[in-house]
Parts: sequence; C-alpha cells; structure tokens
Amino acid sequence: MSTQPTGDPAPEDGSLPASALTTLGRRPFGVYVHVPFCATRCGYCDFNTYTADELGSSAGFDGWLDGLRAELELGARVLAAGDNPVPAAETVFVGGGTPSLLGADRLGEVLGAIRDTFGLTAGVEVTTESNPESTSPEFFEGLRRAGYTRVSLGMQSAAEHVLRVLERRHTPGRAVEAAQEARAAGFEHVSLDLIYGTPGESTDDLRASLDAVLRAGVDHVSAYSLIVEDGTAMARKVRRGELPMPDEDVLAERYELIDEVLSGAGLGWYEVSNWASGVDARCGHNIGYWQGGDWWGAGPGAHSHVGGVRWWNVKHPARYSTMLGEGKSPAAAREVLDTADQRVERIMLELRLADGLPVEVLDDAGLLAAKQAVADGLLRAEALETGRCVLTDRGRLLADGVVTRLLG
Amino acid sequence: MSTFADTTFTSPERIRNFCIIAHIDHGKSTLADRVLQLTGVLDERAYRDQYLDRMDLERERGITIKSQNVRLPWQVDGADHVLHLIDTPGHVDFTYEVSRSLAACEGAILLVDAAQGIEAQTLANLYLAMEHDLEIIPVLNKIDLPAAEPDRYAAELAHIIGCEESDVLRVSAKSGQGVSDVLDSVVLNVPAPSGDADAPARAMIFDSVYDTYRGVITYIRVMDGRITPRERIRMMSTGATHELLEVGIISPDQKPSKGLGVGEVGYLITGVKDVRQSRVGDTVTFDKNGAEQPLPGYRDPVPMVYSGLFPMDGSDYPVLRDALDKLLLNDAALTYEPETSGALGFGFRCGFLGLLHLEITRARLEREFNLNLISTAPNVVYSVTLEDGSDTDVTNPSDWPEGKISEVREPMAKCTVIAPSEFVGPIMELCQSRRGNLDGMDYLSETRVELRYTIPLAEIVFDFFDHLKSRTRGYASMDYEEIGMQASSLVKVDILLQGEAVDAFSAIVHKDNAYSYGSRMANKLQELIPRQQFEVPIQASVGSRIIARETVRAMRKDVLAKCYGGDISRKRKLLEKQKEGKKKMKTVGRVEVPQEAFVAALSTDEGSGKEDKENKDKKGKK
Repeated sequence: MSTQPTGDPAPEDGSLPASALTTLGRRPFGVYVHVPFCATRCGYCDFNTYTADELGSSAGFDGWLDGLRAELELGARVLAAGDNPVPAAETVFVGGGTPSLLGADRLGEVLGAIRDTFGLTAGVEVTTESNPESTSPEFFEGLRRAGYTRVSLGMQSAAEHVLRVLERRHTPGRAVEAAQEARAAGFEHVSLDLIYGTPGESTDDLRASLDAVLRAGVDHVSAYSLIVEDGTAMARKVRRGELPMPDEDVLAERYELIDEVLSGAGLGWYEVSNWASGVDARCGHNIGYWQGGDWWGAGPGAHSHVGGVRWWNVKHPARYSTMLGEGKSPAAAREVLDTADQRVERIMLELRLADGLPVEVLDDAGLLAAKQAVADGLLRAEALETGRCVLTDRGRLLADGVVTRLLG
Repeated sequence: MSTFADTTFTSPERIRNFCIIAHIDHGKSTLADRVLQLTGVLDERAYRDQYLDRMDLERERGITIKSQNVRLPWQVDGADHVLHLIDTPGHVDFTYEVSRSLAACEGAILLVDAAQGIEAQTLANLYLAMEHDLEIIPVLNKIDLPAAEPDRYAAELAHIIGCEESDVLRVSAKSGQGVSDVLDSVVLNVPAPSGDADAPARAMIFDSVYDTYRGVITYIRVMDGRITPRERIRMMSTGATHELLEVGIISPDQKPSKGLGVGEVGYLITGVKDVRQSRVGDTVTFDKNGAEQPLPGYRDPVPMVYSGLFPMDGSDYPVLRDALDKLLLNDAALTYEPETSGALGFGFRCGFLGLLHLEITRARLEREFNLNLISTAPNVVYSVTLEDGSDTDVTNPSDWPEGKISEVREPMAKCTVIAPSEFVGPIMELCQSRRGNLDGMDYLSETRVELRYTIPLAEIVFDFFDHLKSRTRGYASMDYEEIGMQASSLVKVDILLQGEAVDAFSAIVHKDNAYSYGSRMANKLQELIPRQQFEVPIQASVGSRIIARETVRAMRKDVLAKCYGGDISRKRKLLEKQKEGKKKMKTVGRVEVPQEAFVAALSTDEGSGKEDKENKDKKGKK
C-alpha cells in the first residue's frame, strides 16, 4: 500500500523476539513475494510498484532477484533461531506489481529460491498474479513446469470503456483467453479479478463482465469495489469532478448482482470479496492471512507476520537491494502485537470468512452485540447457536460495521 | 499634575454626575476616551483606545458589559468642578443595571450617530433616564462622516425629547470637535446632587466587579452622609457586614481617599470574594449608627432565559463546573444547577437575564476556560397549572409535567422595533408569525418608524433578532421588556429517534407551531444523522401523537473490499481510530449521533441563512 503503517524500529539483523518463534510450525506457513514492477502505472493503483522509467537501470529485475534471494536466506536464518524447525512453505504467492513481466523463467527462479531456503511442502499451493496482456500459452506452460499450481489474472472488466478509465492495457477479450490458455496449460486453479463500481460502469457492463468470467470457466473469482486511494491520479480526477463516483447504494447492488450470478454458477463466497467453486479452489495462501497464519513476505514493501509480530520492508527497490547487499534486514519497521491487538485482528479478519469467527473470541459486550447483529439481520442466527459468527448476505456488505460492534 | 478633583468631600454644588446613553457603535467609548484626554485624566502616553471597555470580549463586540466610572476635573468660567462619568451597560439584558447607573446620575448625554439616528435600545434607555428625571443633553456624534445628516437627526431628537433643534449639540468624538462644549453643557445644565450630609451614611451600589487580586470592587454613589474607611459597613438587603478596607476614587485608576461625601462616586473594597455579597442596587450603610431605611429600587436579579450548557467532551464537566463557579464571582445574575441529558450527558441548566447575557457567558466559558460547549435552545419560564390545581414553573422542556394540564402561562414582552419605514411590511410579517400583537406604530420622522408589539418572550429569545436583522438588511433595532404572564395554548414537542425521545431537542411551542417545529427538526436530523446499519425512524410527537416522521435509511455497504497481508496493520489502526471517534458520538438508544449533528440541529444558522438568500434574491430582482 502507498502508506505504510507506523511501527517500532526493526532490528538490523531481522531477528525476531523469541516469543514469536515458540509457535512456529503450529500455524500454516506461507511465503509472499512482492514483484514491484509494472509496464505502466494504472491511475487507480496505489500499490508499491514502479515502471522501468521510474527505476532506471540500477534496480532492474536481476538486482531485485539477487535481493530476494538474500532476503529468503536471511528469513530462513531468522526462523531457525528458535527451538522449532523452519517450516516448509505450504503456500507461495507471487504478487505485485505485474509478476508476469518477469517471464516464466525468472518466476521459476523465484520459486526455486524459496525451495532452496524454506523448502516447499508436498502439496504446496503456488500462485502467481498475471496481467492478461503479458501472458501467452508458452508463459503458462513454463509456469507449470516450474511448479506453479495456480494463476490469478487481473481481468477487472469486460467493458472497454471501463478498462480505459482504469488505464488497463489489455483488450476486453484477452483475460478470458488468458484464463483458457492457463487451463489448457494444465492449471486446475485459475482465478479472475474483477473491479466493480468504476466511474462509468453500468449494471449491464458488470453483467457482461460476469458472463465473460463464467465463459472462461475459472474456479475462483475475486471482486473488489473500486477504492479511490488518496494520492492516485484517479483521486485527483474524482476531486476535480471529472470522474463521477457511484454511491454506496449502487455499489451494494453491484455486489449483490455479482454474488447472485457467481453463486448461481456454483461459485460460493468464502470471503467477502472471494468466491470459489469448492474448498480446493479457495486460495489457501490468502486464507492464511485471514486465519492468523505465519508468512514471510519478501520483496520491497512486503509485509510479514510470524507469531504475533508484523513487519514490513522498505518500499523502494533500490533501497531494498542496497540494504540486503549490506547484509541487513530490509525491514522498515515492525509491531509486536499484544493479546488485545491479536483479538482485534482475529475479529477483523475471521469475520470476513464464510466459516466465520468462533464466539469464544468475543467478550461479553461483543457477544451481546453479536446477538443484536443477528436481530438486525447481519449475522446468521443458526451459526451463532453453534458458536460461530457468520455474516448474512446483507451483513457481508456491512462487515466493517459489524466488526466495530463485535469489538465491544 | 494635581487637580481640584484629587481630593474628596467636594461640595455637592461643584459635582455633576452623568452618564452616556448610546447605541452600540454610536461612539460612546470614543467620546469617553476623548473626555478622559480633554480633562487631563489620561495622558497621551497612557492613552488606549476605548479605555473604559476593559474586557477583551467587550472590545471585540464593541459593547460594554461591565460599566466603569471615572472622576474628572473640569473648569467652567474659572470655577472648578468635579464630573463623575458613569458608564452604563448598553444592552437590554442589563436594563436593571442600567437603571441603577441612571439612579446614580442627575444627567445623561444622549449620544446618537448623526448618520444613523436613534435606535430602539437607546430610546428604551432614554425613556428610562427620563423616568429617573435625568437632565438630557442631546448630542449628535460623527458629524464629520460623509453620510452624516445632522439636521435630519437633530429634528428627530428634538421631536423625541421635546427640545429645540438648536439644543442638540454636534460633535465628532473621533476628532474631539465640540467635546468641550458637551462638558460645559453638563456643568451648566445637569443639576448638582443633593443629599443630607449629616444623616447616617447611605450609598447605592451601581456596579460590582470581581478582581483576582483585590476581591470584589464595589462602585457606589453616596446619597447621604459620608463613607469613610476602617469601619464596619452593612449591606442593607442582606444585613451582611464587612470591614471597609478601602474607599477611593477612579481617575482613571483606583486611588484610595479619606472617604466620599454626598453626591460623590467611588469604590469600596471589603475583601469579599463574590459579587453576590455586594449586589447592584443595594444600599451600603455603617453597621453602627447606620441608616434605618434603604434607598428605594433594590431588586434581586431574575433570570429570564434558561439554556442547558453541556461540554462537547464529557470529561470536561468538572472544568465547566469550576468555570461557572468563577464566572459567578463576577456575575450576580447568572444562575446554574446541574442537569443530566440523555443525549448530551452531564451539564448545567443556566439562567440568564437575556440572550446577550447567555451568548456572552458562553463565549467567555469557551474562550477563558478553553471549553467546547453545546447549548440547548433557550427557554423562558412557563407557569403550568395542572388539573389538580397545583402550579409548577417549567424552565426546561424535560420538566414539563406529565399530568393533565388545565392552563399554561408564558411571559409576555413589550417589544419596540425601530426601522426605516420601507421595512414595515417584513417586520409586521415576522412579528405576526411570532404571535405578536401590534400595539401601535409611530413615525419618528418621515422615513423612520417605531412599531410596538406585545409578543411572547419565548418568540423573541431564540432567533427573532437574527431574522429581524436579515429582513431589514440590518437596519432595524429592537428592545423588549417583560410585562407579565399570559395564558396560551402551548404544547411540548418531543423528537424521537427509533422511538426514544431526545431530550435536547424537546421544545415547548404554541400548538399551531408544533407541526412546523416537529417537521423542521425531523427534516434537519434526517440530513444530519449518518446512515446506520439499521433504519432509523425520526418522529416528532406531542404526547403520544406522532405529528411528523422521517427516516434515515439503513446503510447498505461499508466494507472495505480488500484485506490482505499488507492491509492488516493499517486496517487495525483504522479500527482503533474509529473506536476513538465513536467515543465522540452520542448514543441515543442504539443510534450514534455525531456531536456536530446536535450542534447543527440546535443552531439557527440555517434558518437565517435561508432568509439572507431570499433577501438577496429579492434584491436581485429589483
């Protein structure tokens, strides 16, 4: 994200408090790799990405890959400092940015570096994000050979004018094609990302996008309402009145449409913005985020979590490479969560899941609020009776407010 | 430089006591400054603009809240005289204090802006002065302004006072032109004070001020006998006695003296710390061989307008309490008692002499004590008779009796409005919409008219003056005086959120206005209350009858679409911030209402703003 949280200073050697390592291996463990490169910057995006022009030659792909290797080695050393063995990665997720810009060979090297450091479990889930315009049948085949098991494609919309507002470079049909190519290359798990609520997008545009998604035959869909982040080109246009933002009621209707079409096609929600055709089709890596799993996030600006300690790396690729070149941890800052923080996070994250949140996490006031939320039609009555807080369809759209209420 | 005025016990025939009656901005303080300079009491170096208005707030608003007075030397035809200039508060809320200042004088300068003519409050104070048989010296100020019309307003003043146009003095207090003539006229025309120098001492308190270092400073005018220090004095209304530590004169700072004789004006210090022990209008005498009869005219201050004051931040309640305690030291008219509001939390129900008194008190609390306050709509005192024959006074809508009501009486006011005659229509419209009854109308001149109304006090304490100003493009002035109670068809309108009454919004209104109040509030709140996770009905009711209804639709979407590994810390911090923000919300039942919504719903800005716009539109069409 463009703004990083404030935290405490992180130690230069990247070491973690002993307490963080005592539970290592008891939670799911994953590795996230951040690819900070994009061919161009999209007007709505506030992610930590850079175009070639912005970076110059010093911090190119190879420099980044060297840094990444160094960080993964550092990570394995840091985790080995405790009494528990370093866990092998159950999930790997390469995000960005535009990982597909690296090409299948380099993405293969990335996975190799993880295998060499943390190791990979037998059934490891390995996902990479890709932009439709930088993929090809050969690319997908290369990924398969390298060991990737899952592809997530940034489709966003099937309407040309919407893609234009988002400044996406692919043509409307390309995402579906890419998904089909990925499936042809042997990927069982392919996901498409949609963005809804873009200025100028009509309900029919969204319907057309959903039709295209279904045509592509993917087993996973993520859909996000467009958030105009401060500091983006789009935020400036909205502020100047050049782009009319849809109101929250329209966004709610769009969400309901998405949910209706996807569940009608056998894709059920498992997190407020994610749908999958079955338990196997869910993104195990992301579930780790929501269920308090451990992961090492490598790459510029990447966030990590191990045993109640969260930290995040310096954002700029040049600085990232320099720090690792000097043998230092690239962490910018960190925070050690106390029990109260951890409880807040559990409520905030687990409530987003279709599996919900166990009521034991709530205090008395929170439990009372949960009962009230059932009365308001925001939590499922039958789920609460069996000890879980699960959002209703309406509740999913008001999840943030429900979280605030459950915090007591 | 020593003068004749430096020593006291001056022979009464050499003394002249006078005040200045003027409207805000008509130049009273400038004239007072000029007089201080001209008499040599204030030298150029020590000169400070508007020396007499000491409080910052007064300077800012250009009004005098607490009067000051000063002893001045002046010679006419080689004969030494002592002038006591007694400054009077200039606003209707302080009519009683004005009347006591007038009672300390034998004459008054009627100071009127030569470009604007006399205003309603000035007229009211002029009539008050004439009732006290004061010699009136009419003076037109600002004659050097390009817009001045001295001939026109001299005719107007002559018409009102019943003097010759040539008797009206013309000055420019700013340049000093004509000011010495005014002082000469005071000596020549204002009667010397009279009193029995051998009788037991009697002095009238016309002001008392709390000073952090000296305690209460009491301003007196000696009527009979002598007031001398180091004796015990008695306050005749309460019988309380105090050691008289110091007696002195002001010229322009406090100077201790050997005492004060008949007709003289000065100050007393007794060491008391609360102005309530030294009340305006009370008579000071000596404890031993004191007077038997107090001077006439003492009255306890009676609050006319009540309002709830609540700290925005509930934890400021003790600060507010201490602040009110401190203000009380200097304000004998202010009353307060703790009040608990379901909507606004802990605060105080405060009684004020009038709206300005309320505004000033609130502004001082906010400024001097760094408080952020919400004040509820001002309320008059209603007298309610129940069917069982019992009577209650209601100063707060929350105390409106539940039982069957046989009669409600409300305070009425005699209201005078002076404005250019072109605005008669809009003024009449306004007064009629406020349940006013026209008593009479007089043309003060061809283009200026005085309208007299009997109008419920409740209708003028809220936003009447704002509306009057906006309908007359600021040209109207008004004054009012309470004239007793009258039976009226009044009801209490409650505003309910999700079926729960919000006490802060309850109001007592005439039954014909209940619907418009109810629907206006419901409408305002519908706009001000943010959408919640559930539908919020807003209703206005009289008793159990719903008279208006609005709905805040349920919010449909609040969820931030993405929450992945890199979003978690930021999002948790956001939640913590929201939780802090939630603390600043007031919760009515389950409805979270931001403070700003209360402030906006209780403010009158919207109403007068609309009218301003209307006026602008009308102007545009002309």
